[in-house]
Amino acid sequence: MRRRLDIPFDRDGSGRFLPWLIALMVYLAALATSGALALDSALASWDRGLSGTLTIELPPDAAGSADAVAKLLTVTPGVLAARPLSHAAMAKLLEPWLGPALPADALALPLLFDVSIDAARGVNLGSLRAALAAAAPDAVLDDHRLWLDRLANLIRSAEATAIAIVALIGSAAVLTVIFTTRTGLSVHRDVIELLHLMGARDAYIAAQFQYQALRLGLGGGLIGLALAVATLLGLGHAADAAAILGESALPLPALRLEPIHWAALLLLPAAAAILAMLTARLTVLGALQRMP
Amino acid sequence: MVRFEQVAMRYGAGPEVLRDITVELAPGSFHFLTGPSGAGKTTLLRLVYLADRPTSGTVSLFDQNVARLSRDALATFRRKIGIVFQDFRLVEHLSAYDNVALPLRVAGVEENRVRAHVTELLDWVGLADQMAALPATLSGGQKQRVAIARAVIAGPSLLLADEPTGNVDDVMADRLMRLFEEMNRLGTTLILATHNEALVARRGHPRLHLDKGRLGIEPAPARQLP
Repeated sequence: MRRRLDIPFDRDGSGRFLPWLIALMVYLAALATSGALALDSALASWDRGLSGTLTIELPPDAAGSADAVAKLLTVTPGVLAARPLSHAAMAKLLEPWLGPALPADALALPLLFDVSIDAARGVNLGSLRAALAAAAPDAVLDDHRLWLDRLANLIRSAEATAIAIVALIGSAAVLTVIFTTRTGLSVHRDVIELLHLMGARDAYIAAQFQYQALRLGLGGGLIGLALAVATLLGLGHAADAAAILGESALPLPALRLEPIHWAALLLLPAAAAILAMLTARLTVLGALQRMP
Repeated sequence: MVRFEQVAMRYGAGPEVLRDITVELAPGSFHFLTGPSGAGKTTLLRLVYLADRPTSGTVSLFDQNVARLSRDALATFRRKIGIVFQDFRLVEHLSAYDNVALPLRVAGVEENRVRAHVTELLDWVGLADQMAALPATLSGGQKQRVAIARAVIAGPSLLLADEPTGNVDDVMADRLMRLFEEMNRLGTTLILATHNEALVARRGHPRLHLDKGRLGIEPAPARQLP
């Protein structure tokens, strides 16, 4: 049931635009937040996928050392399996960049060993590098850490940007509510003074404004969330369609939201409404202090 | 009940509206407040109902200097004061019922008690059939009765009325005056601002007379028969 308010908020235009402004802010905040959450999830996925593997690369002219490398890997503690990639598998990996027309045999491709390691036990990389240098001096050991660290830095920067955007949106929302509340205080000054003279405590008057801000904030927040969910679902469908059509063949994990991320997005309207409510309350209490 | 000591009042850099006012009104007293337009009657009432602070001097209510009260204590004091504004100051989007209920709701009275009190009082002032009416649909006299009902609903210890009978006919004016006098008999202190000299003469209460910001006190005249 809608609460009866002593102050006629419906009769002034100051609150008319607030829900739409909050809707826009929640929409933008939801997109920024989902972007940050999806990137974080993708980074964790990449990290999981790569931390249990190593790659050893032999230049094309050092393929003769392949047996020595394979033998070394079979006796290295912590190595679960080592598999040399076939030419066909290499060609498949290169296909997104070179296309299917180019025969892999025409290229001087290095020989790659895909090494699975026991994540719990680990591998002594220093010892392995030294042994590898003795067995096959041209071999290169890649534990993917450099690539992963650079990617992590990039993703962290993107996440920090997203958080900054959400903080800016929150600040804009606070300023909007302050402006709207001050306008409301000015428009309804007579009624507020009347309530004040009847003995209404500041909290009673502030409660009227904070309820109104909560109602408008929640309404606007739900609209913004609905639009954001529609946008995210649309983007998800577009990504799925691109994958089906083979237009996204890069070997990257998809940017997808987990159920817990959707739950976090559902909290945004409530957060916006509570922020609006608290802002309105503090603004009114501050203004009422100036009344005798 | 109400004590002014050397009170002066001016708005901003304007002239003094009230000058050197010293007066004490006993609990349970009934005073008319008279004076020409612009003499400072409304300003004096505003000081009593704590809407303004004096420029200088001391205002005491209920034996306490109001300048020393906390905001919470001021709110509690205001709940003991009923006010009938000259321009009624009804809340336009609230019905007659909700306007009269306002002081009780502000004080946190339970809704079933609010309903019983408001219904009874609106019936008494002849507005039982106008409870749901918005102020815009009421006549001047009806608005005035709603304003009076709102001022007295919480049983104030001090009632301030600015021209409370200015918009009603003689029969209703007499009825309202009897309501005020009955409240006074039960202990409410009253200050009633009016231009109606006949009313002042007829009811026989002492008069506070303001002229050019200065206050004089005249004792109650010999009461005339109505």
